[in-house]
Amino acid sequence: MKIAVILRLTADLTEELELTQDGRDIDREWIGLVLNEFDDQALEQAILLKEATGAEVTVLAIDGEGVERMLRTALARGADAVHRIPADESPLSSRALTPLYAAAVREVGADLVLAGVLATDDLHGELAPYLAAELGWPQASAVSDVRIDNGDALVRQEYSAGRAARLALPLPAVIGLQTASRPPRYVVGSRLRDLLKVEVPEMAVDATPAATGIAPATLALPDHGAGAEMIEGTGEEIAERLHAILAERGLA
Amino acid sequence: MRVLVHVEHDAGAVTDTAFELLAIARSLGGEVEALVMGAEPEPLAGQLGGADRVVAVADSALEAYLPDAHGAALQTAIRERSPDLVLLSYGTVGLDIAPPAAHACGLPLVCHAVALRLEESVLAVCSQIYGGKLVANSLVPLPAIAMAMPGAARAEDGRLDGVPPVESMVVPASGAAGIRRVETLQPETCGVDLTQAERIVCVGRAIGGADKLAPAEDLARLLDAEIAGSRPVIDAGWLPKARQVGKSGATVKPRLYFMAGVSGAPEHLEGMSDSELIVALNTDESAPIFAKAHFGAVCDMFDVLPRLAARLKDS
Ligand SMILES: Cc1cc2nc3c(=O)[nH]c(=O)nc-3n(C[C@H](O)[C@H](O)[C@H](O)COP(=O)(O)OP(=O)(O)OC[C@H]3O[C@@H](n4cnc5c(N)ncnc54)[C@H](O)[C@@H]3O)c2cc1C
Ligand SMILES: Nc1ncnc2c1ncn2[C@@H]1O[C@H](COP(=O)(O)O)[C@@H](O)[C@H]1O
Repeated sequence: MKIAVILRLTADLTEELELTQDGRDIDREWIGLVLNEFDDQALEQAILLKEATGAEVTVLAIDGEGVERMLRTALARGADAVHRIPADESPLSSRALTPLYAAAVREVGADLVLAGVLATDDLHGELAPYLAAELGWPQASAVSDVRIDNGDALVRQEYSAGRAARLALPLPAVIGLQTASRPPRYVVGSRLRDLLKVEVPEMAVDATPAATGIAPATLALPDHGAGAEMIEGTGEEIAERLHAILAERGLA
Repeated sequence: MRVLVHVEHDAGAVTDTAFELLAIARSLGGEVEALVMGAEPEPLAGQLGGADRVVAVADSALEAYLPDAHGAALQTAIRERSPDLVLLSYGTVGLDIAPPAAHACGLPLVCHAVALRLEESVLAVCSQIYGGKLVANSLVPLPAIAMAMPGAARAEDGRLDGVPPVESMVVPASGAAGIRRVETLQPETCGVDLTQAERIVCVGRAIGGADKLAPAEDLARLLDAEIAGSRPVIDAGWLPKARQVGKSGATVKPRLYFMAGVSGAPEHLEGMSDSELIVALNTDESAPIFAKAHFGAVCDMFDVLPRLAARLKDS
């Protein structure tokens, strides 16, 4: 069995985000880029399936800054092959990129595609359901466990309030992963160093981005309204004030 | 202007998020059609006074949610009703079925919408992106599909009296891709019910491990509070699932919600924003939680939590 995993870099949300002059994008020259956390879960799930079934794992990413390093890490975590897909303009929304990913998935000959359930900048819809629609395969999103059983992907799909269902999707299928069956593993530094010089091949695909039907959005900082009353000071001063706030309300 | 609202329901009750969508649809003016799918959806019309018409798809295959069957029914409804706007709510169902509908029907789709306004024949949509750190303003040509964030409107404004006329719609069985529901799983409880808690201390990913919970647990003990976690804390196995707050966990409304190392992503806020008093500690002054909290401090929680605990112990 062949599994394709799609990885994307996204803004590190523990940092402050700055906008470009025209407000069309975040300022990618300054912000830190990290692996999209749900794609990280998708990669882990793929490696777990490889360990359980002997499946072959191929990782795909649209090329760009930092992508080679990200893909080397995927190799260190146990992926069998990694590919960079060149795209003329980036960044494009997942919807626009769907035909490129679909062509790469066909090229790999995958029976199962795992992608993160979302990226926080997917304004035009999520990758997994678009990709499934393009490929004509079944799809389920918000999934937190995947097993392979008799030609089916057996997944746990989560709804609100902790409710969930186990669904069987006939393969080939696409899964929008939220959480892997086990937390993502750490990569040993030495393993990563060994891979430092590994060439990450390009996979040119014969496909062009799709139209989204919407002109690029204008980004802005949210209007926070009043927001929280901020407590300033040293750790001790903050603790003192917090204690007073709780005591005033009969909570301490 | 005609708006088709995808109505989710559960155990015979229309969900709050569906009422929110009806409220949004009504605020745009024009006609509102409620799309209801299920084994016997007609009786739900009695709850859908917020719509001018109910489009009911009755099929035993639609009794329990299935991404392919429900997705195919949505696409048929869009083709038959040709609405100017289709509204869905951001949740598992919306994530599954909105993009394929946009793809199949060739419609634009805009997600994470918190405000929608009609500007002549164009829909001006404000969306929340990057975990609530930025907003994106889009001008969306109609017809289109929009997925709204829970809480984008007030459910009361969509929950109106009256029983609108019901039109039945038949969906060809061929649309489905063979997905089967093997088992329906009930929430794990393990003896805690956060929804009943008066006081909650919630830790986020920044806690960094089950072995680092002690300062937060001390504080919870001293405040007589339940300990809770954001989703990453539960996913990492540091706290049990029954202690998760948010979209896929519990929706809570305690007197005190004390949070440390939680960024305040929309999916977390969905579960706690009605708390009476929200206090947040975070090292990032631009963390979205500071927009929602009543009191906040930019600080290292590992510094402040033990200090606060010591003061509570002394008093
Ligand atoms: C379909 C779906 C459903 C979801 N359901 C839920 C849900 O039910 N509940 C939920 O919580 N999330 C849910 N999420 C995930 C959600 O999108 C966020 O990823 C999650 O809430 C982030 O958790 P966090 O705030 O703990 O982590 P992060 O966003 O990583 O935030 C950690 C924060 O800690 C701060 N920090 C770091 N060090 C310190 C320190 N020493 N002291 C103080 N602060 C520090 C950082 O500045 C940062 O703001 C869902 C996502 C999806 C897609
Ligand atoms: N017939 C239906 N039509 C639309 N949404 C549904 C239907 N049945 C269940 N849902 C939604 O699907 C999700 C899963 O529900 P359940 O199958 O009851 O766990 C919930 O978000 C429900 O609101």
